[in-house]
Amino acid sequence: MALLERCVDVSFGVSKANSGIIHAGFHHSPSSLKARLEIEGNRAFDGLQAELGFPFRRVGIVVAAFSVEEMKTVDHLYEQGVENGARDVEIVGRDRLLALEPALSRDVVGGLFAPSGGIIEPYRFVFALAESAAANGVFLFTGWEAVRAHRQNDAWHITSAAGEDCAARWVVNAAGLRADAVSAMFGAERFTIVPRKGEEFILDKGSAGPPSRVIFPVPARTSKGVLVIPTVEGTVMLGPTADEGGDKDDTTTTPENLERVFRFASQMVPRISKRDIITSFAGLRPTLPGDDFMIELSRAAPCLVQVAGIQSPGLTASPAIAERVKALLMSGGLELVEKADWQPGIPRMHRTRDHAPWELDQLVARDPAYAHLVCRCEGVSEAEVVEAIRKGHTTLDGIKYYTRAGMGRCQGGFCTYRIMRLVARETGMPLERITKHGPGSELVLGHIGDRP
Amino acid sequence: MIRRTIDAVVVGGGSAGLAAALRLREAGATVAMVEREPFLGGILLQCIHSGFGLQEFGEDLTGPEYAERFIRPALNAGIEMYLDATVTEIGEDATGRSVTALSRAVGVVRFSARAVVLAMGCRERNRGNVAIAGTRPAGVLTAGLAQRLVNIEGCVPGKNVVIVGSGDIGLILARRLTLVGCTVRAVVEIQSYPSGSVRNIAQCLNDYSIPLHLGHVVTRIEGRDRVEAVRVAPLQDGRPLTGREFRIPCDTVLLSVGLIPENELSRAAGVPINEGTAGPWVDADMMTGARGIFACGNVLHVHDLVDFVTEEARRCADRAAAYLKGDPREEMIPVKAGANVRSIVPNACAPGRRNVLYLRSLVVKNDALLELSAGGEKLRTKRLAHVQPSEMIRFGLEAGAIQNINSGTALEVALR
Ligand SMILES: Cc1cc2nc3c(=O)[nH]c(=O)nc-3n(C[C@H](O)[C@H](O)[C@H](O)COP(=O)(O)OP(=O)(O)OC[C@H]3O[C@@H](n4cnc5c(N)ncnc54)[C@H](O)[C@@H]3O)c2cc1C
Ligand SMILES: Cc1cc2nc3c(=O)[nH]c(=O)nc-3n(C[C@H](O)[C@H](O)[C@H](O)COP(=O)(O)OP(=O)(O)OC[C@H]3O[C@@H](n4cnc5c(N)ncnc54)[C@H](O)[C@@H]3O)c2cc1C
Repeated sequence: MALLERCVDVSFGVSKANSGIIHAGFHHSPSSLKARLEIEGNRAFDGLQAELGFPFRRVGIVVAAFSVEEMKTVDHLYEQGVENGARDVEIVGRDRLLALEPALSRDVVGGLFAPSGGIIEPYRFVFALAESAAANGVFLFTGWEAVRAHRQNDAWHITSAAGEDCAARWVVNAAGLRADAVSAMFGAERFTIVPRKGEEFILDKGSAGPPSRVIFPVPARTSKGVLVIPTVEGTVMLGPTADEGGDKDDTTTTPENLERVFRFASQMVPRISKRDIITSFAGLRPTLPGDDFMIELSRAAPCLVQVAGIQSPGLTASPAIAERVKALLMSGGLELVEKADWQPGIPRMHRTRDHAPWELDQLVARDPAYAHLVCRCEGVSEAEVVEAIRKGHTTLDGIKYYTRAGMGRCQGGFCTYRIMRLVARETGMPLERITKHGPGSELVLGHIGDRP
Repeated sequence: MIRRTIDAVVVGGGSAGLAAALRLREAGATVAMVEREPFLGGILLQCIHSGFGLQEFGEDLTGPEYAERFIRPALNAGIEMYLDATVTEIGEDATGRSVTALSRAVGVVRFSARAVVLAMGCRERNRGNVAIAGTRPAGVLTAGLAQRLVNIEGCVPGKNVVIVGSGDIGLILARRLTLVGCTVRAVVEIQSYPSGSVRNIAQCLNDYSIPLHLGHVVTRIEGRDRVEAVRVAPLQDGRPLTGREFRIPCDTVLLSVGLIPENELSRAAGVPINEGTAGPWVDADMMTGARGIFACGNVLHVHDLVDFVTEEARRCADRAAAYLKGDPREEMIPVKAGANVRSIVPNACAPGRRNVLYLRSLVVKNDALLELSAGGEKLRTKRLAHVQPSEMIRFGLEAGAIQNINSGTALEVALR
């Protein structure tokens, strides 16, 4: 099996820029495919975390209602949740809600509590999946953009932008925002993926009023509304917005949306302050008309599985999506036999900041680089950065997602040159070849004394 | 884990830490210095321009030259040096303070110290802190990082540069980048006046015909992989006038939008922080609200002049030495920022000694009057030719000047 990825690293598509919530299964109508996969996916995360060790916590989700009118929608969400099979959802009154989430505004009248909801570091999840896959025989080709495909002798022949070839009997189209282009490339179904942009704002660790659970408002029509999210690593995320249209590369953030997000978020959690913003980003949900997932055997092209329209809750549903794709492949005639020597687990990564000083000695005895801090805000050591680089994450963003170096309050002001030097040392790349997220995003443009 | 018992630990080996450690040694204390870079000198090492030391040495030195005057003596003073070592925690133990540091060379070290001097300097405000909209491509960096890349790593961060912020750091960088062959397209300043010195505006911008847009903001950064342009608009009533927005093509945006004292370590140690300076609250002994923990230099409040940092660090060390000797502590008078004063350091004065106050103005004003009062009674005034928020005001108060203030009354400092 081969995984073809156009970016220089996995997770650089939609999967890196989202709210990082493992949804609890009450937001979508029981008639939708995504409602079913959301529930199934949610249940898989404890097992996956045990195997893969990514940051994930079931902190629970609360929906906060501010009027009797909104409580009617909460009733509806509750019934939907129960019908979907969401675990332990309950309608809660004002006092219980405030006890569950003391950061909430005193103006709440009641709401919903879904204890099975959780938070995750999405890129760490994806990196762990890729690592486990590679350890079990999946070939990973990054920087490999599929541009053409034709079928010959019962196989698909795919060509990359750089002219490489890859042949396979079956193909799964899970190209996110570009699933429409990839489908067309295979002469399969015609559809259009419309990006729906979501801007998010991150507040520093230790900022005022971080909630202990994910806080949702009562949802609007096209999105779940602006949320206040405690992240696994201790920052607070506010967002996302939901703006349709635009192009598939438009990840701009705007001051208007900053204002809007803060207005909504501070209605729910009054203590948050704009002064604590350390960064912002935008992600694009790949949506199809009707707003559901499309996961099926192509009816127009042979031996192709379509996985399109994977917008929210795609992260949550991903384990269930995989199961469904597996079933489709088998129903299409691909014979799949479980490997006898399959080893899902991956080695745990050590992080200096997770150890008390007296525990560090052991780690340091093994590698002194655990005692050399590279990123001051997140307390990331040289050993962790080197591990990321050796695992193939050689861009500044890849290292950032793997280790958190550069994600803290100074946003790389301090560690950028240190990381650049480590990449140069480990890979032999000259500094001017090192990029933020791939070719075109070089960090420095030359040396003093270079002649034009 | 290595354990060391010592009189004082100095956290940070920049100009503040160096001056403090030397002075503590002169006073006979045993001193350990922890510096997270492999070299001593702090931010001075990347400031290769001149203009340092006019007050301290009566000479015009570069940053590294100024640092060198302290590094050499410090290396020969019997200070226990831990370089490439980061302090991760300051706590309490039976003898006073415990300080934990990590380094590749020695692993984990824990000091038991009776006094700690905080001299961690400051960090730069970044894009997130000033919320500039747009994409997030490569080529957006802080001025200090760019200065380091050019002056220490020998790299050119970009070819066509826009600098946001007209403080001295931004201005000096504009000239430096021009000299290494970059084109500085513009300096964009949100205020209606430049925050850097008149001399730097002339010598760093005008001499190289670099345009300065006062009262303008960057409204958006464009470019997917690398910066392609910024959009800039004039401000009116605090809002950008989108109708008059213009686009400057560039590949690099450098942010010189202010410094923040680096106090995460202090906060975690329970040191109370002063809103106005973002540094610790300190009394006339430069002692913070946490007993035995002192602070000086940029970690306390952002300085424009290294000479003042050195002076402040010495005073801090003298008081820390007195504390180590067990000298009785004088009753102090609280100091309050009055009208038009943004912040003031220290936050308490010792009536029996000479005091030096550093303050920052909230307003831009010619011919201002600095006024000291207590309980409504005017004690002293001083004429100042010009004040502005970006220039620190230093004011010496001779011993005995505030002897007669009733206890419980604060000394108020105002600008009129
Ligand atoms: C703002 C926002 C918030 C969200 N919040 C949540 C949430 O809280 N919980 C949740 O469950 N879900 C959430 N989602 C949804 C979730 O992020 C997505 O559903 C999920 O990440 C989609 O994963 P994917 O693998 O389908 O897409 P992607 O991660 O985009 O993967 C597709 C990959 O295909 C590659 N590719 C495309 N074309 C080609 C080609 N021609 N050749 C080779 N490779 C190609 C792309 O580079 C990309 O890496 C959110 C989404 C957004 C935008
Ligand atoms: C970019 C810039 C340009 C300047 N230009 C001028 C100028 O032209 N002229 C002038 O007179 N003044 C200038 N100044 C002002 C003056 O030089 C500085 O205010 C002064 O040098 C600051 O000294 P410091 O010791 O407080 O901080 P720093 O020099 O920043 O030293 C702090 C040290 O502490 C270390 N440290 C921090 N945290 C830890 C930790 N946890 N563990 C171990 N070590 C730690 C740091 O690595 C650093 O070396 C400039 C300042 C800056 C920031």
